This record gives sequence, C-alpha cells and structure tokens, in this order.
Amino acid sequence: MKKQVYSGAIDYLQVMDENGNVDMQLMPDMPDSKIVDMYKYMLFARNLDAKTLSLQRQGRAATYAPLIGEEATQIGVASAMRKDDIFVPSFRQHGIYLARGQPLEDYFIYWKGYEDGAKSTKQMNALPVCVPVGTQLPHGAGVAFTQKHFKKDAVTIAFVGDGGTSEGDFYESINFAGVNKLPFIIIIENNQWAISVPRSRQTAAQTLAQKAIAAGIRGVQVDGNDVLAVYKAVSDAIVAAKDGPTVIECLTYRMSMHTTADDPTKYRPDSEVEPWKDKDPLKRVNMYLTAKGLWSSQLEQDTTAQQQKQIDGAVDKAEQFKPDPKGMFETLYSFMPDTLKDEERSAVENNFWM
Amino acid sequence: MKTNMVGAINNALELSMKENDKIVLLGEDVGKDGGVFRVTEGLVDKFGSERVVDTPLAESSIIGASIGMALSGLHPVPEIQFAGFMLLSVSQLLNHAARYRTRTRSTMSVPMVVRTPVSGGIKTLEHHSDSPEALYSHIGGIIVVEPSNPYDAKGLLIKALRMDDPVLFLEPTKLYRLFKQDIPDEMYEVPIGKANYMRHGNDLTIVTYGTMAPVVQEVVEKKNVSADVIDLRTINPLDEQTILESVKRTGRALIVHEAELSFGVGAEISARIAEKAMFELSAPIMRVASPSLPYPFPGYEDYYVPNAKKISTAIDKILSV
Repeated sequence: MKKQVYSGAIDYLQVMDENGNVDMQLMPDMPDSKIVDMYKYMLFARNLDAKTLSLQRQGRAATYAPLIGEEATQIGVASAMRKDDIFVPSFRQHGIYLARGQPLEDYFIYWKGYEDGAKSTKQMNALPVCVPVGTQLPHGAGVAFTQKHFKKDAVTIAFVGDGGTSEGDFYESINFAGVNKLPFIIIIENNQWAISVPRSRQTAAQTLAQKAIAAGIRGVQVDGNDVLAVYKAVSDAIVAAKDGPTVIECLTYRMSMHTTADDPTKYRPDSEVEPWKDKDPLKRVNMYLTAKGLWSSQLEQDTTAQQQKQIDGAVDKAEQFKPDPKGMFETLYSFMPDTLKDEERSAVENNFWM
Repeated sequence: MKTNMVGAINNALELSMKENDKIVLLGEDVGKDGGVFRVTEGLVDKFGSERVVDTPLAESSIIGASIGMALSGLHPVPEIQFAGFMLLSVSQLLNHAARYRTRTRSTMSVPMVVRTPVSGGIKTLEHHSDSPEALYSHIGGIIVVEPSNPYDAKGLLIKALRMDDPVLFLEPTKLYRLFKQDIPDEMYEVPIGKANYMRHGNDLTIVTYGTMAPVVQEVVEKKNVSADVIDLRTINPLDEQTILESVKRTGRALIVHEAELSFGVGAEISARIAEKAMFELSAPIMRVASPSLPYPFPGYEDYYVPNAKKISTAIDKILSV
C-alpha cells in the first residue's frame, strides 16, 4: 500500500504593495492615525540607525548591526504587540526596543559597550540583545512556557534571522513550543543575507516558513517590507496563540552591511541591491499617507528634526555615562563569593583601573 | 529517614516543590519513568505533568527553555540524563545561564538548578561517566555543587533551590545507591560555598569531593594517618579559606579527584595554595586524578579511575618528604 499521509502549503501575505496600494479585503481594522504612528516609528528607527552608524564610524560606538531596510518588519511586530507580551530579540531589532519605550540614552550606553545600558530591558517586557545566533529562541520558548503555566493573557515574540533558521536551537525551540502548545511567535527576519552567505546557501527549502510544518505548527510568509502585512500576521498569530505557536517569515532586505565589521560590496553585487530600493518599507507608507492627505514633506522634515533632537540629547547624556568596573564583579551572583571579593579588592587597592 | 542519595534527592525535590510552587522539573524521561536513575520517581503522580514535564530529546532546548522559564518567574529544575550529553547544552549554560545576571547588571536572574549524573565506576557505556565540574566552573557565573553523601545531597539541593542563581548540581552515579544514611525528615540546608571537614588530623590535608570522598576516607582510616580530609561539596565558588586554613596547619596538601588531571580543579587548588601558603608547606603539593585522557569504555574503567592504591601511594610519598 502507498498513500499520501501529509500535505502542506504556505500562504504569502501582502496588504500594501510597493506603490502604497492597499488590498482592502486584507486591510487590518485600524484607524489611519495608527498607520501614521507606525510610519513615525519607522522613520525614528531609520534616523536612530543612521546616527548610531555615524557614531560607530567616529569610534564612539562598538560594532553595530544596522537595521536600514528592515523597519517594516520591526515596527509591524512592535505595533501588534501588547504591553504584557514579551519581546525576545536577536541583535538587530533596535526598532522594537525603541517602540517599546527604551530610554534612548540606555540604547547608546549599550552600544558604546556597557552592560549598564541593558538595565532598562526588563521594564520593556523584553530580554536583552542576544549575540550567538539562534540561541535566544529556547529562552523565548521558556518564557512562553511560563505564560501558559500561569495562564497569562500574553504571548512571547522572538526574532531570528534567515541564517539563524539553520541553527539547532531554531528547530529545538519550535519543536518544544509545538509539543507544549505554547503562546510563542517566531519572527524570521529574512533579510536574505547571513553576513556574506545568501539565503540560497542556508537551505534547499523553498521558504523558511515551511520549517514550521515539520514542527506541526502554523507557518506563514509575509512581505516584510509591508508594515501592514507584518502587523496583520502578528495580530492573527496572537489570537491563535492560545492554541500554540506560529512561525512568521518576513521577506525583507538588508540594505546595508551585516555589521560595521564587514563590507557588503565584497560579496554582494549592487545589481541585487538596486531593485530593493523601490520596495523600501517607508516609501510605500509615505505614498499611502500622502495620498490620503495625512502626510507631507513638511511633516516629514519636522518629524525628522524633532526625532534627531531627541537622539542628539540622548547621545549627549550617554557621553556623560561613567562606567563602574565593580559592576562586573558584583552582578555575577546573587551574593559575592570571597574569592571574587579578593580579586575586586586587589584591583581597587592597587589602582589597576586608574 | 534512612536513605541513599537517590532517596535524599527525591525527598529534597518533593519538599522543595511543596514549599515553592514555582519549581518545575523537566527533562527526558523525568515523568512516568522517574528518570533513568529513578531520582524523580513518583513526583509526576504527586505534582502532575504541568510541574514534572517530559521534554523532547533535545538537551540545548531543555537548558535554553529552562533559562527562559527562570527569567520569567518559574524556578526550573532541568535534568540532563548524563553529563556527557550536557555538552549539547554548553552554549546555553556558558553563553547564557552564566551571563544573564551580569549582562543585565542584576536586573534579571536565572534561578535554576540543573541536575545531572556524573563520574564513573558503574561500568556504563561511553559518555555516561564524565566528570565535567572544571569546565562549568571555569568562566564563573554558574555555581557548581557535588555532594558525596545523602545528607549533603538533600541539604545542598534544598539550599540550591532557595537561591536566585543558576546552580549545576552534579550527582555521582556511583554514590547514588552505595550506602544509606540517617538524615532528617524535614527540610534543612547545607551551605553552598562551604567545604566540610570529613575528618581532622595534623600531618596532611587531603582535599577531595564526589566519588573520591568515600575512597579517601577509607584509605585514611585503613592507613591510620593523621589527616584533615576536606570534602569541597561546592566546586565553584571554591572555599579557599577552609583549604588554606588546613594546609597552613598541616604543611602538606594532596588533592584527589576523579576528573582528568590536567587543567582541572586540582590545578586550581594547587595554584591557590602555592600563591598563598607556599612558605608554610613542608612538601610539594600533590594531585591524584584520572589520567589526562577521555573516560574510556567500561572495560578499561578500573585502569582509569583513581583507586585506593593510587591514593595510598600518594599519601606515603607526601608524608615521606
């Protein structure tokens, strides 16, 4: 005997095309004012990104992973999240921290290279930046386990890149979340490049979303440069979370380098980057709002100026930050072991830190 | 109650789970099967499958999910079936469990007790007999505990489950059922970071822990030498003070552990003694350990693990100087 025992399919979702035209049947139920707010956050994220990159180039920030081009994925997710939902980032989601109220001076202290900047992470209902690729996903599954355990009306939303979906922790997490039917949403921010390795060299799978099928959970692919599609997919996944997890693959594009430590012209042809400029996530929302009379170049200028003022103020504050090396020793455990006290005392008494 | 180490750990888990409803056990076969060594036997019937969770067979996510649970208000107790398999979750332990608190400058913490069987002596297959305490102690951030008897096992585990830190709780399989002890029925704590004098003497200090503690005790008794025998109980943070106090008094230091000789706990202790008590020594510091090579198949086990003869010879040598 031979029979088919499984068949699956992955839906693709786009609400607003690259010219700002909206598919009204798919349009999420929301006032235009919310779209204006989403646009302002996308603009803010882009302005913040540009400033951080500039600081890094001046030696005033550590290695930095720019977000330009990926604003719709990040702000779409942030706009659909509720206050009690927990956000689990990778290392590029500065836009979500921003939208969840991160004090900007903390952001700059963090990217200058000080853990002290992560102190406000908890108040954003978020976990801190995670550098080893994919390893944050099991933490997200664990947080979702707690939410389900205590019957909380909240979900956990975790990010991973296209490269991260090749990691064992990705598979283990969606598997763990599927078995336990956890309120867990995994966003694949598929920006097509894992440093210098293109999406086509990560997997032979046609979509990354279909990896959900093997874990027995929902998977969907969306236009990650369409903030409305991302918003809708995440909103739907939040509603569905009481029955278990969803993987949402957001198709976007890394317009800049992986981090400030690499030069994309070495491995990526300009001809590939060029067409993505037309698919810019801000441009289409700008067109949509302008056509409706809700946005203008004047408003764009004023908003940018206001955001830059806020950013500059935060940079000034962050420059005043005085690091305290004792923090390294005193925050390792809930108590201070004698041996660690000795090491700290030796540094202080001998003035090793000047 | 008179019990072996398996019973003592089971009892500590049960009492702690009654005391604190945030404690959740998870791992491979911890439910109906009670774990491969039956340490969690009966707990799923008492606390239900929401607090005693059989997980998929995937060590990294057992530890990784436990970290997430700990960060969000639970106190997970993941079990890794054997220490050899825990290497699949080293990334989660050392990159994350060890660092979350300091990474967020103590605004977040990972209250979690990772339990795993360690060390050999019971003729198991490859990868079932490793002694990895030095690996997990090396970078700091994870408390590493290893009891050598039922009383300490219960008290250390109860204490570990009342801490707001990640604790690696290493359970020597050889000692699980080796002997029984009378221990209190009620809850009690054994301090973490504090070594225990198993025996007091004048001529020699022997620092040991885990599987080697009962062997050392037996050798010293048989030879009738006057030795301080110190059972570390906690590997990290190390109770340096107790070791130095004893060594300065006896003038001789021998360290005995089952883990491989090189780059190990013995090296760390030797270095600290050399740095801080060198001029009080009457003899060079000595170490007895397994050879500097991976734990062999069970057929070669008895050629590998330090035995009474090896310890006895070391004692004779250090006392002859």
